[in-house]
Amino acid sequence: MTELLIKGANLVTGGDDHENALPAGGQDILIKDGRYADPADASAEATVIDADGLTALPGLIDLHTHLREPGREDAETVESGTRAAARGGFAAVLAMANTNPVTDTAEAAAHIRTLGEKAGFAQVFPIGAVSKGLAGEELAELGLMARIGVRMFSDDGNCVSDSRLMRRALEYVRAFDGVIAQHSQDPRLAGRDACCHEGEISGRLGLAGWPSAAEATVIARDAELAKLTNSRLHVCHVSTAESVDVLAWAKKRGIKITAEVTPHHLLLTTAEVQGYDPTYKVNPPLRPDEDVAALRAALADGTIDAVATDHAPHARHDKEHAFADAAFGMLGLETALGVVIETMLNTGALDWDTLVQRTSIAPGRIAGLGSDLGMRPAYGQTAQLTVIDPQRRNPVDAAESFSLSRNNPWHGRELPDPVMITIADGRISYQRQ
Amino acid sequence: MRHLLSAADLSLTDVGSILDLAEEMADVQHRSIKKLPALRGRTVVNLFFEDSTRTRSSFEIAGKWLSADVINISAKGSSVSKGESLRDTVLTVAAMGVDALVIRHAASGAPQQVTGWIDAQVINAGDGMHEHPTQALLDSFTLRKHFGADSGVDAFAGRRIAIVGDITHSRVARSNVILLKKLGATPILVAPPTLLPSGVDSWGCEVSHDLDQVITGVDAVMMLRVQRERMSGGYFPTPREYTVGYGLTRDRVAALKPGTAICHPGPMNRGLEISADAADAANSLILDQVAAGVAVRMSVLYHLLGGEGES
Repeated sequence: MTELLIKGANLVTGGDDHENALPAGGQDILIKDGRYADPADASAEATVIDADGLTALPGLIDLHTHLREPGREDAETVESGTRAAARGGFAAVLAMANTNPVTDTAEAAAHIRTLGEKAGFAQVFPIGAVSKGLAGEELAELGLMARIGVRMFSDDGNCVSDSRLMRRALEYVRAFDGVIAQHSQDPRLAGRDACCHEGEISGRLGLAGWPSAAEATVIARDAELAKLTNSRLHVCHVSTAESVDVLAWAKKRGIKITAEVTPHHLLLTTAEVQGYDPTYKVNPPLRPDEDVAALRAALADGTIDAVATDHAPHARHDKEHAFADAAFGMLGLETALGVVIETMLNTGALDWDTLVQRTSIAPGRIAGLGSDLGMRPAYGQTAQLTVIDPQRRNPVDAAESFSLSRNNPWHGRELPDPVMITIADGRISYQRQ
Repeated sequence: MRHLLSAADLSLTDVGSILDLAEEMADVQHRSIKKLPALRGRTVVNLFFEDSTRTRSSFEIAGKWLSADVINISAKGSSVSKGESLRDTVLTVAAMGVDALVIRHAASGAPQQVTGWIDAQVINAGDGMHEHPTQALLDSFTLRKHFGADSGVDAFAGRRIAIVGDITHSRVARSNVILLKKLGATPILVAPPTLLPSGVDSWGCEVSHDLDQVITGVDAVMMLRVQRERMSGGYFPTPREYTVGYGLTRDRVAALKPGTAICHPGPMNRGLEISADAADAANSLILDQVAAGVAVRMSVLYHLLGGEGES
């Protein structure tokens, strides 16, 4: 029997009350054999952690992680990626399907889940591809993947641009309450060369850009398809003010639509691109200040439901090209909570309960995890907990990352660095030394 | 000035100095022995990731006439398709002991990125849709002579210069806009809306979609080459329609004020953006531009590499 007694932490629950829920506020938290138990029952043998002055949150869940295994183990493995996730306070991650081979079969999905279990740092829930090979032509075996517990499907990296295929996918997953997570971006609108936001900066730098409309138009189309099929649509990494307007319109009409925003779209702007540093090349691209403001407001008022990292590790040599030729993506798992605290909490846009909603409760609900994840902690449940020091700040040092990659857009920037302990699936998976 | 990446890197004094020295360098072309010792012992590498006969030859001749050791490396195709990163390619070349790298790349910003990896001086010989600063310098050199070189950089004060065609994809246009404004001229961009970049309103230029209205009141017309892929890319309906709307046709040449300069960075699509009448007109400066290229690049190399090898 193992016992862990976290003494004096201020528990933030996200407000979702239910039977056996741990009370919010300052208290001791006992985890016995991986489950929450009454602290009054702690034995003298319990390992005690002094958490005076610290805050405890339900374990964070990332809806959007690229673990690169199988296929690009030089950039990230399930083990290194989930180690980074644990350091960032995540108890669980949803692993995107654009691996090599693509996660478009039940066997491939099961393999990734097993790798996650072996690593043991964060629970790994595979996302299945919508189409075979992400080619956007034929549906992948959505039902067989659902049989082993996959509930979220995405061709992320590619947009499911064929509206007929998108309709079929939405219809099909309704049978098992699945959700289609769309990378909303009309691939024809900007062409293959697009590598940043289309605007004054792209025009001056001579870079081909995506117009904001390339995102918003696809969200609008998909919202109509979700309405037609009465299915659940999730919009990945929303990046523009126009998209926020479309989301608000769709939600107002009762369409089953949810959305996520990345930490980097909450803080960085297209101005970062001016030095042609491929670290800041990301898809969807960084946008102007007014979009960042709209995204923050939408996350605060719930138009955007969740924060998701879009953690996209790349080997150095895949970024050391000319900007237009370099790979898209940036790291995000280890810094996500710090960026959200900086942009949303420290600015007064979110309170702690709502922050928990956006980083744990909503992601769990959207992904359909149906487990102890993404819920207010309750006695008897498996512990999924993130203990943080909200006052702690540090300059980010890319060299210290647990990820195998170094494409870290925050290097050198001082940010909240709050995570002290992560407990995933009942076990400590990260503890700051 | 450590590198020449953008026309924006140049102060007005730099521009004047480069153009003045180019006047002297131009005389070398007329000597029987075309050689100055200025860059003896210096190594200049033309690292071209994209095809270019004109610019590469121009830099090569410029370097050789200054007695530099000039090496041409063609790295055609993106480094991505060859499997090697840009950084590795450039580090390999720089490790051979290079004083200056003249870089042409199909991707915007590549020369700027390179400066972060190596110690050698870098000259941008055209990067994607971004800039081509030595082209703008040679255009200014040519126009200054045409307007009256005696007035120095003041030759551009109050001049109105139309830049016509595919502004969006033109590195020549971007560098010229920066440089001509610096010199006191007013660039006027003329193109269909499909060939004007986002944010062009912030460039501080006049913008027009009506070439006929513009050309009667300008001192120079710079025609831009229409790249073949634009013709099928939906930027305009047909080549015929483009020529009718934005080509420098015989009628439009006739409508120009006397003495209006006609420029084109080449290679030309005769009959599309420029008629034979315009290209071969008495006031066409197109071959002068080519000749000026060598002199201006000699001047740029001299300014950057300092001429320590001069005896």
